[in-house]
Formats: sequence, structure tokens, C-alpha cells
Amino acid sequence: MSETTSTYTGFWKESPRSGILGWLLSTDHKRIGIMYLGCIVTMFLVGVCLGLAIRLELIAPGETIMGAQTYNATFTVHGVIMIFLFIIPSIPAAFGNLILPIQIGARDVSFPKLNLLSWYCYVVGAILAVFAIFSGGGAPDTGWTFYVPFSTQTTTNVNLALMAAFMLGFSSILTGINFVTTIHRLRAEGMGWGRLPLFVWTLYATAWIQVLATPMLGITLVIVMFERVFGAGLFDAARGGDPILYQHLFWIYSHPAVYIMILPGMGVISEVIPTFARKPLFGYWAMALSSLAIAFAGSLVWAHHMYASGMSDFSILVFSLLTFIVAIPSAIKIFNWVSTLYKGSIELAPPMLHALAFIFNFAIGGLGGLALGAAASDIHLHDTTFVVGHFHYTMFGGTGFAFFAALHYWLPKFTGRMYNHKWATIAWGILFVGFNVTYMSMQAVGIQGMPRRYYDYLPEFQPLNLVATVGSWVLAVGLLIMFVNLWQGMRNGRPVGKNPWGSATLEWDVPSPPPMENFGEEDPVVTKGPYEFKGVVADEY
Amino acid sequence: MSEHNHETHEPVPYRTFILIWVALIILTGVTIAVSRVDLKELNIWVALGVASFKSSLVLFFFMHLRQESRLFRVGLLILLVILAIFLGLTFVDVLYR
Amino acid sequence: MSIEHRDDTGARFGMWLFLYTEVILFSGLFILYAVALMKYPEQYSQASHKLNIYFGSINTVVLLTSSLTVALAISAIQMKRIKQCLTLCWVTVALAIVFLINKYFEWSAEISHGIYPGSETLAEMGAGVTSFFNLYYFTAGLHGLHVFIGATLIAVVAIMTAKGKVTSERYTLLENSALYWHLVDLVWIFVFPLYYLIL
Ligand code: HEM
Ligand SMILES: [Cu+2]
Repeated sequence: MSETTSTYTGFWKESPRSGILGWLLSTDHKRIGIMYLGCIVTMFLVGVCLGLAIRLELIAPGETIMGAQTYNATFTVHGVIMIFLFIIPSIPAAFGNLILPIQIGARDVSFPKLNLLSWYCYVVGAILAVFAIFSGGGAPDTGWTFYVPFSTQTTTNVNLALMAAFMLGFSSILTGINFVTTIHRLRAEGMGWGRLPLFVWTLYATAWIQVLATPMLGITLVIVMFERVFGAGLFDAARGGDPILYQHLFWIYSHPAVYIMILPGMGVISEVIPTFARKPLFGYWAMALSSLAIAFAGSLVWAHHMYASGMSDFSILVFSLLTFIVAIPSAIKIFNWVSTLYKGSIELAPPMLHALAFIFNFAIGGLGGLALGAAASDIHLHDTTFVVGHFHYTMFGGTGFAFFAALHYWLPKFTGRMYNHKWATIAWGILFVGFNVTYMSMQAVGIQGMPRRYYDYLPEFQPLNLVATVGSWVLAVGLLIMFVNLWQGMRNGRPVGKNPWGSATLEWDVPSPPPMENFGEEDPVVTKGPYEFKGVVADEY
Repeated sequence: MSEHNHETHEPVPYRTFILIWVALIILTGVTIAVSRVDLKELNIWVALGVASFKSSLVLFFFMHLRQESRLFRVGLLILLVILAIFLGLTFVDVLYR
Repeated sequence: MSIEHRDDTGARFGMWLFLYTEVILFSGLFILYAVALMKYPEQYSQASHKLNIYFGSINTVVLLTSSLTVALAISAIQMKRIKQCLTLCWVTVALAIVFLINKYFEWSAEISHGIYPGSETLAEMGAGVTSFFNLYYFTAGLHGLHVFIGATLIAVVAIMTAKGKVTSERYTLLENSALYWHLVDLVWIFVFPLYYLIL
């Protein structure tokens, strides 16, 4: 195709407005996706630096590089950034925007202007969050969970942080509304529900959670602000309130939110694995429906974060049982991916390596989750670094690696250029090793009883903490190589054709990078499923 | 993308809306009246029952849910199920403390 | 160069989704209410009696009527009666203002009795009463904010209708603002008995 020569630039240059305003005022889903991606990667790098600082403080007992207050602020800001500014929007807002409309054969999302508004909400949220660190009473020190009563009493800049989280929640809701509507209304002719790529199915399930759970966070945060301003006592037992209800409201959102984080990641993996095993995905409907099942069951289990809070014993029993149920659809997914790999002709390209790492890490994280879901073991493990290890395994080892897989899989589509595979593989190896060394050690020292959120610890925890900190440096090196390599590839890599990987979904039918309107004059008509590889050939690059 | 995406609804006659409004006002009177009678535990349930009935009038008539496609109703059902879960499971804790 | 794809049903569906988020937002407060009511039944009824049932009832009627007028406005625009539609919209806005004015007087009276979040009078009345009034102020305040936003929306749409930007061919904006306004009404349908009418 002549379009894919190196002078062709697709949506990067075609635009009704030129220059920076062509981006800042653009309602094109690809441009908004790219803007999201830029912001999200930036915030991720900031968060990583803070994470490294936390680990550095923990290299030895006692004060190493910062005192208690700074430490509290650092892990709080690290948590807020990683959760609200990185992981929740990472795949849905960046790759969802880039990919979803093209995958269903649409020219844009249902509400392009709301889409742009959601990006602005994100930016305002990010600015408020950063502002909270440097202004007023100092950086917030509550942890990203903002638990009362501490969050209503501390003099640090919690209000701004709450406002930031509120704005980011609003941004997430707008994305959710947009995606549900888009998937219902804008599918191309022939794109029945049974032909939706699984990435779309997971985004659909995610979008429903974004719509139905996020407002609960909104109201909770607003109440805390209200408390701080008026001192009313809605969560104060002495004044008729109930602090445990804060935790209920908070986790009613925040547990479903972990599925906002993981489901789209699972969607990415479901795209990558069939492509690089050159086999249709095993159990399409099981995969599609398990996404919905996860979304639903995910709304039933929130209080497994509260076994040690003083809630009733009976409810501990109930929530523990329900938590085990939610593991089932996740396990279905793991089995289906592995079955897809079975007897496939596997190609270990960089996206595939990240996908395999996802399965490995997520399995560890998920099994650790069962140890935390069982009330008996959780009482011991609660608020130890085992929990920290667990959620890094699922969020970073899971969604984070899925995000890296998505970067390696789809960036060539959007930049029209391929990165260096050798360096990508090296980076992946270092990253994978560093990651596991860091967090496996944290899990281990957690089982020994080291509490989380302390800048200091008993001497017997020293060896494993040292290992974890060294691991975090390895991890950082891996990340550095990966991002430099991707950046290099985007700018100077070899041009790629439409379909470098030989995938069968619709986005690989349009030029790389896609043109402004995604498809030519004619609206696309879909005649085959997303994983029918027969007759699909990969373009050389 | 289908060509005919702006299906329009038949206008609802003024009369229908006005009748619904009359019903709503009467129901408001009913709630107030019943609330002045001591029914013990039942009071709150009657109040909630009437309020739910009023809500469905607003939803189905004023908000045109009657004329919308099934998708809209399924959506509402999902919302109600989720609300029931949030409230119900919170009470699994609160009731047994 | 962008291809016009118009999807009114999609736009309405998006609005409904947004309304779901609003319902969940308020449901958080209703959960707090339900738990507290169970814990302090006597104090809640005692506190409820301090609210002015006349204000509450009048405001209920005002809101129900405004819901009617905005619903009628849609029928009017569908039947190409633009003038009528405009009148109905402005009546809706006026009723919203009446609601807010009532609220203002009601709150001033209560505040002048020393009843407001964090006040000492309230603290002396005991935990249950405090909890009631905290929730009452918060819920009614949030609802009042929604009244304000909804009225603004309807006013804007009315102006657009007058300028011919919203027409009997294309009136999704009016429909969606009306939907929002009905939600405000729906919330109040629950707030009224739960706060004003506990025996
Ligand atoms: C180089 C990468 C990272 C390092 C070295 C790192 C390190 C850490 C450490 C040591 C803690 C524990 C603080 C404590 O309990 O005292 C922590 C907390 C946390 N991390 Fe990370 N992390 C990294 C990346 C991530 C990523 C990618 C995410 C999310 C996707 C994440 C989310 C969180 C959250 C939510 C907390 C809890 C904060 C709190 O307790 O309020 N981290 N991190
Ligand atoms: Cu959870």
C-alpha cells in the first residue's frame, strides 16, 4: 500500500485545526487517546520515582533518607497517583479510546465532546493532586484510602487531594458512559455481540462498573470534605456517626474499582494471546460472559478489606464466602488463555512476553488474594507488606504488564513504526526479574509480620527488605530501557504496514497510523469473527 | 451505522401528564395522612412503598420510559439490583453487630 | 469533514446512564440514613418533628408541578407549539426558584434556632438528633445544588429554543434537561417522607 510509506502520517497531521489547538480542542478519539496516554505515562513515571524513594527509605531500619511524616506523605501520593492517575485510566482511557471505536467499526465514540471533557477533568485532577503536595498544610498523609477519623483530623492538605480524586472519578464516569453507549449504538454492520473482540467485552463490563460504582466514591469523598469544613460528625461515633460506614462506602467503590483496573488488562491479554499463538481464543463466550460475571460478582465482596475493622462476625463469614466465588470467573480466564496457548504456534514477540508475564504475575497475585479473602489468614496478614506485595502483583504485575503488552502491541499501529525487538525483549527480562524479586520479598517479609505504612522496622526484617530494594532498582532499569526503546522506535523505527502481527481484528484493516475518519468513504461491514486467522497474513517490516 | 438513528416518539397528550400529576399530588396527600397514624414499624415501609410507586409514575410517564426500548428498562433494573446489593450487604454487617 | 452521525436514542441513553450515577451518589446518603434510623429510632422521630412539615409539603407540590410543566414542554415542542414550550420551560424555572426560596427560609429558621452542622445546640440534643440533622443538611443541600443546576440547564435550553437552536425536529437537549429535572424530583420524593414525615 502506498499509504504506508514513511511520509504518510494519518491522524497525526490530518486535522481541521493545526498546531497544538488541533490537539487540545480535538474531539477525535485517537487524539484524545494519545493525549491520555502521554499524561498517564508521565504520571506513571512520577509514581515510580516515589515508589523507588519509598523502597530506598526501607533499605535499612531507622531513618535512611526521610522521616516519618515525609514517608507518610510519599506513600500517600504514590498511592493516589498510581491508583487514580495511572492504573484506573491506563487501559480504558488511553487504549480504550484509541482502539475501541476502530475495533467495532465506528468512526468515533458516541459523545466525542464529553470524551474531551473527560480528558480535561483528568488534567484538572492531576493538577490538583500535584498542587496538594506543595501547598497548604503539606502533602496529604492519610494513605490513598483516606480513612476516617484520621482524614478528618489531619492538618495536611487532604481537601485538595479529595477534590482531585473527585474530579478523576468524574472523568472516569464520563468515559464509562461514553463506552457503554458507543458499544450499544455504534457497532458496524455485521458486528454482532458474538463478534466483538474480547477487549471490547472487557471494556463494556468495565464501563458499567465505572458508571455504577464511581459515584459512591464521589459521595464518600464529598462527605469527608464536608466533615473537614463543617465538623459535622457524619462518621464520628460520638455524634451519631459510624466510622466503619466510611469504610463500607469507600470499599463499595474501591473493590469494584480493582475490576476497573484489571478487566481491561485481561481484555488486552485476550487479544494478544490468540494473535501470537495463531489460534482462535479458547472459549469465546466463557471469556465474554466471565467479564460480565466478574463485574457483577465484584460488587458483592467489598467488605473483605474490613475483616479487622470491627464489623460483625457474621458479615465476615458472608463476605469471605462471596470473595471465594469471585475467584471463579478469574480462574476461568486463566484456564482459557492457557488452553489457547496449548498446541498453538507460539511466537515470543514482545507483546506476547508481557502477556505471559501477566498470566504468571496475576496468578500469584490472585492466589495471594485467596489467602487474604479467607478471614482466618487475613487477620494475620492484614496491613502487612504481604498485602502490599499482593496488590502490586495484581495491579502492577497484572494490569501494569498488560499495559506494557498493549504499548508493544498497538503503538506500531498508531505511530506506523516498529521498535527494536531485541531491546524490548531484554527490557522485558530485566523488568520481570526485578518485579518478582521486589514484590516476592515484600510478600515474604509480610508473612513474617512486617506492617505496611511504616518508615521504620525491626532489625529481623532487614535482609528481605534489602533484597526488595535492590529488586526495585533492577525493576527501574527494566522500565527505563523499555520506555527508551519504545520512544526510539516511535520516532526512528522501521515503518510497518497495516498488520505487522497478523491479527484478525478490525483495527489491523486500516492503515498505520489510522486516518482521521478511521475508515474510507464506505462504512465497514464485518463478515468474520475477531479471531479467525485463516487468510490473514502478517505484513513484513 | 444505521441510517435512521433518530426514531421519534409520539407526543404524549397533555391530558395524560396532567392525570399523572393529579395522581402524584393525591399520593403525596396519602403519605402525609398515613404518616400521622401510628403503625409502628410499618410507617416507614408504607412511606417507602408510596414513594416507590410515585417514582415509577414519574419514571414511566414523565420520563417516557414507557416509550423507550428494552435497553433502557434493563439498565434501570441493573441499577436497582446494584442498589439492593449495596444496601443489603451493608446491613449484613450492621444488623449483626 | 466530520461525518454527522446523529443518534437521539443514544444521546438519551447516555443521559439515563448519567442519571444512574446520580442515583448512586444519593444512595450513599440513604445508606447512612438507613443505618442511623435503625440505630436511633426515637431520636429520629423526635428530630423529624423539629422540621417544618408545611415547608416540606409545599416544596413537594412545587417540585411535582415543575416536573409536570417540563414534561408538558416536551409534548409541546413535539407538537410544534414553540411558544407554549417556552412558557412551560420558564414556569419550570420559576418553580425551581420558588423551591429554593422556600428552602432558604426553612434553613434560616432552623439555623436561627441554633440547629446546623457542628453547632453546640445540636450537640446537646444527643447523638441521634445530631446524626439526623447532619444527614438532613447534607442531603437537602446536595439536592438543592441539583435543583440549581437543573434550573440552569432548563433556562439555557429555553434560551436556545427561543433562538431556534432547539427545534421540534431536534430537541434532545430539552429531553435530556427534562430527564435531569425529573431526577431531582425523584430524589425529593424519597427525601420528603424520610426526613419530614417520621412519626
Ligand atoms: C517501581 C515501581 C514501584 C515501587 C518500587 C513501589 C513500591 C511501593 C511500596 C514499597 C509501597 C508500600 C508503602 C508502605 O506501605 O509503607 C507501595 C505502596 C503502594 N503502591 Fe507501589 N510501587 C511501585 C509501583 C506501583 C504501581 C505500578 C502501582 C499501581 C498500579 C502501585 C500502587 C501502590 C499503592 C496503591 C500503594 C499503597 C499506598 C498506601 O498505602 O496508601 N505501586 N508501593
Ligand atoms: Cu477487594
